[in-house]
Amino acid sequence: MKLQLGYIDIKDIQFDKNPRIENGVLFVDPDALIQSVLQDELIKDAHFEIARPGESVRITPVKDVIQPRVKVEGEGGIFPGVMAKTTTVGSGVTHVLRGMSVVTVGRIVGFQEGIIDMTGPGADYTPFSKLNNLCLVMEPVENFKQHEYEHAARMAGFRVACEIAEMARNLTPDETQEFETVSIKESFKQYPDLPRVAYVQMLQSQGLLHDTYVYGVDAKRIVPTIIYPTETMDGAIISGNCVSACDKNTTYHHQNNPVVAELYAAHGKTINFVGQVITNENVYLADKIRSSDWTAKLCEYLAVDGAIISQEGFGNPDTDLIMNCTKIEDKGIKTVIITDEYAGQDGKSQSLADADPKANACVTGGNANMVIHLPKMDKVIGTLDYVDKIAGGHDGSLAEDGSIEAELQVITGATNEMGFNKLSAR
Amino acid sequence: MGKYIVTNNPLVKEKLEDFVTVEYLDVDYPGLLEAVRDLVHQGAILLTHPLSGSVKPNETPYKSVLLTEGSDKLTDLESIKLIESAILTAKKFIEDKPDFERNFTERVRKDCQLIDYTLIYSALPSAGISTI
Repeated sequence: MKLQLGYIDIKDIQFDKNPRIENGVLFVDPDALIQSVLQDELIKDAHFEIARPGESVRITPVKDVIQPRVKVEGEGGIFPGVMAKTTTVGSGVTHVLRGMSVVTVGRIVGFQEGIIDMTGPGADYTPFSKLNNLCLVMEPVENFKQHEYEHAARMAGFRVACEIAEMARNLTPDETQEFETVSIKESFKQYPDLPRVAYVQMLQSQGLLHDTYVYGVDAKRIVPTIIYPTETMDGAIISGNCVSACDKNTTYHHQNNPVVAELYAAHGKTINFVGQVITNENVYLADKIRSSDWTAKLCEYLAVDGAIISQEGFGNPDTDLIMNCTKIEDKGIKTVIITDEYAGQDGKSQSLADADPKANACVTGGNANMVIHLPKMDKVIGTLDYVDKIAGGHDGSLAEDGSIEAELQVITGATNEMGFNKLSAR
Repeated sequence: MGKYIVTNNPLVKEKLEDFVTVEYLDVDYPGLLEAVRDLVHQGAILLTHPLSGSVKPNETPYKSVLLTEGSDKLTDLESIKLIESAILTAKKFIEDKPDFERNFTERVRKDCQLIDYTLIYSALPSAGISTI
């Protein structure tokens, strides 16, 4: 399966009555665009705001971050099973609005989290501070049911992203890139002397605010399966996850999976990247056993020498991570796990809720408990009402001067377990 | 073998007791895990992970766990390992932030109950428990 991505660089976003993309500037008509948001009766009120890199702006609480893409050639459409038919995607040509995102903002539950600072120390910890963000701020109707409203807010973000992306359908990309994964048979012929490597992606799947969808199917209802990495670039996997801001995978992360990008970059040079296995992180223990058994079985079936395993979330998913790691290792396949740490504010506590000597190659996204100080921003998109209650915040987190002292976990994407971070240590 | 939920979440009791046995305990999060540990020592087997959810033990006061009675009253070693390690992890988190509940409003409390309820609810189909 082969996919060409055509990148349309977006250097700025402006409001204008005449929606278009011109000289790298995206012009959107907020009054027209908001209509597709307000068609959902659970959304009482909504408006757009723009946040640009370097501006003194704080966005919170962040629900999802979405990159607008449009399918130009090939089967299916972006976000299959959700915004388009369930037809298999991942081949043909897709145009990508690079350098921008749609950020969905607003309360869903009272302790919800997620901060994106566009400047200052907080901005260093989130990749989204470097994007031009079109923020969709939503308010629910009174007496809403949270799971229904979460769905409404999720869909509203996708509708906006798809509507914007349509403007890029007939544009000439600033850059193109091709990605291809061949059949198992072909993969043996292609690079017979290079180690065969698979990517095992674990998807958060535990219930309200903890869900991920694959072609529109709730991931807790899937058994582990094989997916072409290019399918994920067309939005085959979307986020319904609103908790654990620092290490949840937003839809943007899924669309721009850095593990996939790195494995494709190394493909044919140091490794033979043969494909991707997706699995879930369920609450029910028998599901965990079945999913990790099947994940190991699929890695064995793909006849790989190594597997990269990325996690999502913390606690119970640590168990899935270690089960996947040990069972794949038991098949004689080397693993590298990507996770993050909750090692206490001093960094001295055990980092994971589970561990095993076989997990001897580990990449960490950082310590989510580290305390950071976020200075006041001139403008807040959303509300600071929940800062004292969000994960990583505490009573008094929000000072009278508008500054925030909290743990790193308040920042969206700060310790992402796909490694989609800006900071590193050696 | 009967399946049952042990919980300190009033919403779980209210919503699920018509479909499955619910043992409600008026205890805190670690207290709930310790009660589950005692049951496991008496032969119960864990069906859900005691630390389910990425809402951490120092972010919510509520926890629900699904168990089943063991067939032979022998202690299930896997369950023991899981619950003991969950208790250690939970205590570590709460020690980091012992006063986390202090500023919880009633609405935040209700939201915490809802999240815990949906986590345990998500396990019921796998356990063959119908809620229709």
